Amino acid sequence: MSTRVTMAVAVRVLTQLRRDHRTMAMLLVVPALLVALLWWMFKDAGPVFDRIGPALMALFPFIIMFLVTSVTTLRERSSGTLERLLAMPMGKLDFLLGYALAFGVVAALQSALAVAVSVWFLDLDVVGPVWLLCVVAIVDAVLGTALGLFVSAFAQTEFQAVQFMPVVVIPQILLCGLLIAREDLPDTLHAISDVLPLSYAVDAMEHLTRSSSTGEVWADLAVVAAFVVGGLAVGAATLRRRTP
Amino acid sequence: MMKSPVEVTGLTVVRGGRPVLTDLDLRLQDGVTGLLGPSGCGKSTLLRAIVGVQQVAGGSITVFGEPAGSRPLRDRVGYVTQAASVYDDLTVAENLRFFARVLGAADDRIDAAIEAVDLGRYRDQVVGRLSGGQRSRASLAVALLNDPDLLVLDEPTVGLDPVLRRDLWQLFHRLADRGAVVLVSSHVMDEAERCDRLLLMREGAIIADDTPAAIKSSAGADDVESAFLHLVEAAA
Repeated sequence: MSTRVTMAVAVRVLTQLRRDHRTMAMLLVVPALLVALLWWMFKDAGPVFDRIGPALMALFPFIIMFLVTSVTTLRERSSGTLERLLAMPMGKLDFLLGYALAFGVVAALQSALAVAVSVWFLDLDVVGPVWLLCVVAIVDAVLGTALGLFVSAFAQTEFQAVQFMPVVVIPQILLCGLLIAREDLPDTLHAISDVLPLSYAVDAMEHLTRSSSTGEVWADLAVVAAFVVGGLAVGAATLRRRTP
Repeated sequence: MMKSPVEVTGLTVVRGGRPVLTDLDLRLQDGVTGLLGPSGCGKSTLLRAIVGVQQVAGGSITVFGEPAGSRPLRDRVGYVTQAASVYDDLTVAENLRFFARVLGAADDRIDAAIEAVDLGRYRDQVVGRLSGGQRSRASLAVALLNDPDLLVLDEPTVGLDPVLRRDLWQLFHRLADRGAVVLVSSHVMDEAERCDRLLLMREGAIIADDTPAAIKSSAGADDVESAFLHLVEAAA
C-alpha cells in the first residue's frame, strides 16, 4: 500500500469531478432538494418528516454514491486505464482507497448540505449531536462507494451497472426500517434485514434523532464500517491484473 | 548464448474459446523490434502477454529474467495500448501528473514526456477534445514518464501525420540507444524498414524473425510486404 498512490488517485478523481460541473452540482444539491421535497409532502401530516427524514439522510448519499461509483469504475475498466494502472506499481487497495477517499470528500460536502438544510430550514429534530449525523451520512456514502466498486466487477456495460441498483439497493431500502419497523417484519425478513448494512445506517440515524446517547450510534457505525471494509476487500479481489 | 531480455516459450493463449496463440516461442533482441502482421493475427494478444495483463493458457514468459507482469517489472515496463488509455476529462498535463505520481516519477519528467510526443501546445487541453492521433500521443507520453527498460507499443503510429510518424520512430531509436528494449506493433508493412529487427506474424504464428534486410534477401523480395507474401505462399 502506498499513500502517494492513494492520494494521487483521490486527487485525480476529484479533478475529474470538478471538471464535470453538472455532475458536481447534482451530487451536492439533489440530496438536499429531495429532503426538502419530503418535508413539503408531509408538512400538514403531523410528525412524519421527523420520523423518516433521518432515514432518508442515510439513504440518499448511499444510493447516489453507489450509482456514481459503479459507473465511474466501469468506465475506468472499459477505457483501458485500469489495465494500464494495474500494469504499473499500483496496489489494488491503493486504487480502491483513492476512490473511497475522493467520494468520501464529496459525500461529506453532500451530507453537510443535506443535514444543514434539514436541521436549520426544515426544523428536523435532532436530539443527538448534529456533527455525528454528518459522520453517519459520510460512512453511508462510503458504503455506497464500496458496494458500487464491488458490483462494477460484474457489469460489462454502464447499462448493466445501473441495473444492479434494483438488485443491491432497493431490497435494502425496503427492509431497512423505513417503510415498516424492522421488529414488525416477518421473522425471516427480519433476520435478513439484520445482515444488510443499510439497516444499521438507518438505525444509527434514528438513534441520533431520538436520543442524546451516542453509544448505540457508534455500535451501528462500526457495523456499517465493517461492511465498508469487507466491500473494499472483495472489490480488491475482483480487480484482476490479468484479463482474458 | 546470451540471455535475451524477453523470452517467450510455448506460449498458448485462448480467447473466447478460440486459440489465438499456440505454442509460440520468441526471443526478443535489444534495439527496436517491429511486430508486423495483419489485423487480428494476435499481435495485441502477444504484446499483452509480454506485459503480463493477458491470461495465458500455457507456456512461460520472462522479462529481464522475471516472470512477465510480476511486481519487480511493473515500473520497468512501459505499455501503450492501441486505444488511448488516458482520462478524457483531464488535460494532457493533468493526465501525466497523475501517472507520474503513480509511477513515482519526478515532475520534470512530465514536461519532457509532453515535449517528446510534441504535445506542448496542447498540454492544458482536455484530452477528450483532442484528435485521435493527439490522444494516442498523450497515451504514449505516459509510457515515457519513467524511462522504462522495456517499452511495448501497440500500433502507436496509426493515423499519424508522416512527419510526426518519422519523429516518433526517431524517438523509439533514441530510447533504444539509451538501452531500452522497444517492441512496436504495426499492421502497416512500410514501417518495417524503420526497425532494427522484425517479427512477421500471421494467424497467431511468427513466420519470420530477423533483420529487415535478411528477411527480404532470404525471400528474394525488394520490400517486406512482398517478403511476407512470399513466406505465406511458401508455407502453403
